[in-house]
Amino acid sequence: MIKRSFFGLQKPRLEYDIVSAAAPEPREISASETVQLFSNTVFDKKDQVALQPGDEVKTGQKLTILKESEDYVISPVTGTITSISPCTGDFGVQMTSIIINRKDKEEKDGRFNEISKTPSLQNTKDFLAGLPGVLPSALFSESDRKIDTIVINGMDTDLLVNTKQYIVKTSTSAIKKGIQILKEITGIENFVIAVPEALSLEASSTGAAVKTVSSIYPKALPHLVLKEILGKEIPAGSSFEELGVLLIGAEAVASLGTAYTTNEIPTKKIITVIDKHGFKKLISTILGTPLKDIFSALSISAEDSDRIIIGGPMTGSSVYTEDHPICNDTDAVIVQDRNVIPFISDNACINCGECVRICPAKVPANMLVRFLEVSQYEEAADSYDLFSCIECGLCSYVCTAKIPIFQYIRLAKYELARIHAAEAENV
Amino acid sequence: MFNQKKFIVSHAPFWQDGSSISTKNYHIMLAAMLSVIPGFLQYGGPAVAVVCFSIATAMIWELIINHISKRPVSIGDGNAAMIGLLFAMMVPATTPWWGVLVGTLVAVVIGKQIYGGLGGNPFNPVLVSIAILSLSWKGMFDFDEALLAYDFDHTMIYPLAALKAFGPDSVSSFSSVDLLMGRQIGGIGSTCGIAIIIGGIYLIARGFIRWEISASFIAGIFITALLFNMFGEESKYAGPLFHLFTGYTLIGAFYLATEDSSSPVNFIPMLIYGTGCGVMTILIRNIGAYVDGVVLAILLMNIVNPLLDKIRPKALGKVVGK
Repeated sequence: MIKRSFFGLQKPRLEYDIVSAAAPEPREISASETVQLFSNTVFDKKDQVALQPGDEVKTGQKLTILKESEDYVISPVTGTITSISPCTGDFGVQMTSIIINRKDKEEKDGRFNEISKTPSLQNTKDFLAGLPGVLPSALFSESDRKIDTIVINGMDTDLLVNTKQYIVKTSTSAIKKGIQILKEITGIENFVIAVPEALSLEASSTGAAVKTVSSIYPKALPHLVLKEILGKEIPAGSSFEELGVLLIGAEAVASLGTAYTTNEIPTKKIITVIDKHGFKKLISTILGTPLKDIFSALSISAEDSDRIIIGGPMTGSSVYTEDHPICNDTDAVIVQDRNVIPFISDNACINCGECVRICPAKVPANMLVRFLEVSQYEEAADSYDLFSCIECGLCSYVCTAKIPIFQYIRLAKYELARIHAAEAENV
Repeated sequence: MFNQKKFIVSHAPFWQDGSSISTKNYHIMLAAMLSVIPGFLQYGGPAVAVVCFSIATAMIWELIINHISKRPVSIGDGNAAMIGLLFAMMVPATTPWWGVLVGTLVAVVIGKQIYGGLGGNPFNPVLVSIAILSLSWKGMFDFDEALLAYDFDHTMIYPLAALKAFGPDSVSSFSSVDLLMGRQIGGIGSTCGIAIIIGGIYLIARGFIRWEISASFIAGIFITALLFNMFGEESKYAGPLFHLFTGYTLIGAFYLATEDSSSPVNFIPMLIYGTGCGVMTILIRNIGAYVDGVVLAILLMNIVNPLLDKIRPKALGKVVGK
């Protein structure tokens, strides 16, 4: 953990870890017995459920929980479904968990192979929506055809993480192929790739226009990257698509390229794993692998009162069990020792102004938190720039009173979205 | 499932830069001690007694209020102790025990706790207390009278009182260096300018107080005093250095005006606030009714603070008029 410097007058300088020139090959770690997948489909007793525990599945098979639904997950392994049960994610998101018991003998599902000769947006939507690295859903939505630029983020957005950079460094040909496919299926001609200075040579061979990103946190967060590329700020609260830009992670583009080159749906994810001592390893594992398999392979021990973080130290999320699987958006896994976990408090804001001075979006966080603490979300959004926040987490990082400002902000955005959705329904 | 490990699950960010309210307050106290020690050496036992009693009673008042209002005990954050220390630094060494007791009561209870505790106070608690006490018991802050029993090898008059009563000629015996080195009478910890400046620079360098406020406060004092001195009536107004090193100017610039809750946080508001404090101080000293203007000047600017802090940069992506 990076602490405040002795001379606290200067702002903290948090630098991204840039992937080293001699980065070793990611270590292959396979799931031992079971894999777990999350589907966004939610079902109840009345629904016609297409999958049952005991069903046999093949590698690359589409698993659709409800018969009529378009939503699916791709099975990364061959095996038997052992459970299908509802579960809850961050902010109470309802999902369905599917657990598959692995078989030794792998069988491949051939349906993608049949259509992979003719890349199209529909085929991509039908088979590749859950690619490692996540393709944005806006790519597939019909109404957003105004998009004229695709920006590929080749820089990891959070500290310590090296995943996207590693992909840019080693998979330039896959990214190049991915860009060709995207051009073909969307008709969009403008491609920009955002990478750290050190990777600009590799990035230039992908055929996209190269834009370098500063290595000082939070310059690689989407809002700031797009501000650099477009030369203008994104109006608070509006999406990138409204400005005609689509942001895709480098890994998703590479996976897309690989899918149409090998005619198989990629199921492997590159992950940066950081242990309690800060040692970093890149691994490659299939989607759905439980964290405990990775920990045992790397001999990392996570004990009571430690913290397991999915994602980076500033914007990630923590999980409560080692059984949590690797998902297609898991770029990093961090195990934090119990002795270095900072405490949070219910202190009132003392108005020291550290958050105001560090905020890259110039949000008056000291005033904002006073409204958020008492759930006055509308006022916070109208008068104190709630929606200008780009979610870097620096306000909580520097908070003298240890107030979870960042969490208050995320909760407020979530609550407002919920209120507005409810209002729209009742009109 | 029964043997499942219990991990800590909380929200991002998972790092914190290690700062805390108690660290901040203890460092401010540490820096302030630097200017209290010359006071101890000068005034001896009574000064030690006042400082100790003030810190102790401030903490006790805080504890009592915590219990009455059924809130978590907050003396651990060091803020009550800091209020006690700063209060003691501003009073004469001969302040009676009941003066200190009432002073810390007003500071902690009326100055801070009735607004909801640390962070809620619109005024600097110490200054609220000093202002109320000096209005209630006039003699308490008459340093000439209070320190009558002492006799040092330097001029035993309170410089600002002499200036007010007899004009600049009466204080010409004070050299700037003498004033800076603390060869003057005054509050226990507010006379030794050099110690206060060193403490202040330490706090600024460590990032515990905001340099913009201190710097603009001093600039406000200096420029206003200089203008009076140059363009005012001949031999009626003292020079800027005299004003800088006397009374509560330095302690005000580094310890009082910089109190977090009652001062602005944006850059331009901080400059306006600091300069305003400085200008008002000299206006009160030169043409007002009071001997020292720092206390009332800062309290006045505390009132303006919420309005000042409305001047802030445009947030990212904010659409004006939307």
